[in-house]
Amino acid sequence: MLGPTLQTILINLLYTAVRSGTIILFPTIGEIFAERSGVMNLGIEGMMIIGAFFGFVVTYTTKNPYLGFVAGMLAGGVASLIHAFIVITLQGRQVVSGLALTIFGLGITNFYGQRFINAQLNVSLSRFAIPLLSKIPIIGIIFFKQDIFVYFSYIVAIFMWYVLYKTKVGIQLRATGENAAAADAMGVNVYATRYFWTFFGGLLAGAGGAYLTIVYAPFWLDGITAGRGWIAVALVIFAMWDPINAIFGAYLFGSIDALQFLLQARGTTIPSSLLSMQPYLLTFIVIVIASLIVRLKHIGVPRELGLPFSREEK
Amino acid sequence: MENIVLEARNITKYFPGILANDHINFDLYSKEVHTLLGENGAGKTTLVNIFDGLYYPNEGEVYVNGKIANINSPLDAMKFGIGMIHQHFMLVDTLTVVENVVLGFQKQGFRLDNNSIVKKIQEISEQYNLKVNPYAKIWQLSVGEQQRVEIIKMLYRGANILILDEPTAVLTPQEIDSLFLIINKIKSDGKSVIFISHKLEEVLKVSDRITVLKKGKVVGTVNKEHATEKELALMMVGREVLFRFDRKPTADGKDILKIENLEGYNDRGVKRLKGVNLTVKSGEIFGIAGVAGNGQEELAESITGLRKSSKGKIFIGSCESTNLLPSRILKKGVNYIPADRIRTGLIPNLSSVDNAILRCYMRKPISNTFTVNFTKAKDYANKIITEFNIMVPRLDAPVKLLSGGNMQKLLLAREILEEPILLIAVHPTRGLDIGATELVRKKLIEARDKGAAVLLISEDLDEIIMLSDRIGVIYDGKIVGLVDSKNAQINNIGLMMGGSKNLNVQKG
Repeated sequence: MLGPTLQTILINLLYTAVRSGTIILFPTIGEIFAERSGVMNLGIEGMMIIGAFFGFVVTYTTKNPYLGFVAGMLAGGVASLIHAFIVITLQGRQVVSGLALTIFGLGITNFYGQRFINAQLNVSLSRFAIPLLSKIPIIGIIFFKQDIFVYFSYIVAIFMWYVLYKTKVGIQLRATGENAAAADAMGVNVYATRYFWTFFGGLLAGAGGAYLTIVYAPFWLDGITAGRGWIAVALVIFAMWDPINAIFGAYLFGSIDALQFLLQARGTTIPSSLLSMQPYLLTFIVIVIASLIVRLKHIGVPRELGLPFSREEK
Repeated sequence: MENIVLEARNITKYFPGILANDHINFDLYSKEVHTLLGENGAGKTTLVNIFDGLYYPNEGEVYVNGKIANINSPLDAMKFGIGMIHQHFMLVDTLTVVENVVLGFQKQGFRLDNNSIVKKIQEISEQYNLKVNPYAKIWQLSVGEQQRVEIIKMLYRGANILILDEPTAVLTPQEIDSLFLIINKIKSDGKSVIFISHKLEEVLKVSDRITVLKKGKVVGTVNKEHATEKELALMMVGREVLFRFDRKPTADGKDILKIENLEGYNDRGVKRLKGVNLTVKSGEIFGIAGVAGNGQEELAESITGLRKSSKGKIFIGSCESTNLLPSRILKKGVNYIPADRIRTGLIPNLSSVDNAILRCYMRKPISNTFTVNFTKAKDYANKIITEFNIMVPRLDAPVKLLSGGNMQKLLLAREILEEPILLIAVHPTRGLDIGATELVRKKLIEARDKGAAVLLISEDLDEIIMLSDRIGVIYDGKIVGLVDSKNAQINNIGLMMGGSKNLNVQKG
């Protein structure tokens, strides 16, 4: 039997889980598409924190969270172009460049973020209920009484699933990551495709970061993304490169994150450092299981992930 | 009057260190099959890659329908009505036939209209007799079917000039016949075909005109009516080729390799070996004929221990060796020339010396207990290089700089000098020129004469018949027929390779 209090607590928990999950859902979807085109970007953490920083600063100065969100997205997108240039045009190593981008992002936001430390945002984002859907018991409250950015993430996930499997653009994207030479021979511009989807990945990484500092934790701290970008990298595998699966993965992590906050707020005896460890521990377990499934079924991994493409090279 | 649809004037293309095309002139009439004939490295593929926009020529121009055509990409080529079917198919394995056909096709809206695409594919299929299931994924199709998808892809885009780069290399004789029917149909529809091959018989069967290339230059163009096989061969290699090998009479040797009901899976988890039975004796070459992808490479890998087999037994000598570690199998005197010489056979970034000693660096005289004696190693490499006539830029240069033929000779030398009791050679002459091919084949015969059991796996049926004492035909993971090479009938082998049943064949 669930008492009314416990039920309220659970609903609250899951409501927070969706919000927390949204922070990683955006970058996960973005990275799925970048990897589908053959570009692995380990710079998600860096792009996220750049997005988080710009999102925060623009909202802080203009008091307009929507403008801040767009600024965060664009900042993430611009950061991804550094990676795109290095790995697509210069054909550098994707892993090295991605790691460098993460370090760069953490470093630059640390430097310029000094004077914003502990600054608070005074904007409250209105939540609005979606007619009909919000009337569904429990689910309605959890999913359909959220803010506009959460709804935006639903739309992005579903629309991008449609793009991936049902459209011309989707075929070009999948072909580029599977067999770039074949795509090229069929008249697909491999370089443009990879640039575009890497940039797209950057936009969504920026969006995740901006959502974090504008809505979820409306203040600035050094290293505020706290490894969420790496969770997104793991979630891409967990999701088997499918945007719909990414939703489940993101909310699973969101739940753990929310639970941990809840327990801390309620003053449990478990040390807080052990609690904060949970999402990362789960990442570790999930990636082991997901990798096993990928290995067994031989599905999902874009075959030319991480490989540069050059037409005249044999 | 016939009119010229495609013309190349003075095409020159160089790659670092190689002059691939040297002032080539070429023309193609409408309703014509014009063949480019030449050895590996003669520049055929480079020339057609220029037509397809994959390469851009350093000098010279391409004209389409009399007008100069600036072809910068395959997309441009498509706009000029040129469609190329590459030797290695340009298909995305995980996508369906429909998705591959519309990939990159510009006249297609944002959303995919599957029904109308399928309808058009079916129309083309019927018109040209190109049967294929439009909903199948590419990896589920046979090589012949994949080729049909490639042709459909080009016709779907309205290609007027079709380029087929060595289309017959991967097909069974029966599939080749049906391909030729398709080509004739395409021709009679008013389209033109550029056909590439180095198999003379086929070339004479399908072409209207033949242009012979050698070392990047045009040797000459002849009409089919005035050409003979002998004459073409002479133009192609510049000397008469005679493939005759002296060999000892077949000895009735001991059983060296014995395989019983072997089963195994490929990397994708698809069952590829479905009960292989065979025996190879000392002093014989046992050839395995078959179309690519019927389990040949899985078989070789199972014997050498590189792949686990799920059922059945392998005996080498008198001991069972099923699923032993590769190093243990190696110690029994098994040596291996893998299909992929660059990735599996050699280490491309290491030098000729390092690659040459890969089999013997653990023992004297190359190494003591701990250190490698590089003077001895160099001597050993030098010996190999002289004996096998290998051209290397420098001894310490990475082997990836060697040509395919020289890499293969180095690999062969390393394996064969170990004096194996069982030698497994997979596609040992694939992609090699005539000189290197001849040497490789001669060395395989020598190993046989010295008493080794040789298991030869090759897609080149002529090679199998030429070298083998006995031939086993592999189809769908089973040996479906055993043939004595003395009375081998190429037609029967071809039918077995294509999976035909009810054949009266020798059982072994």
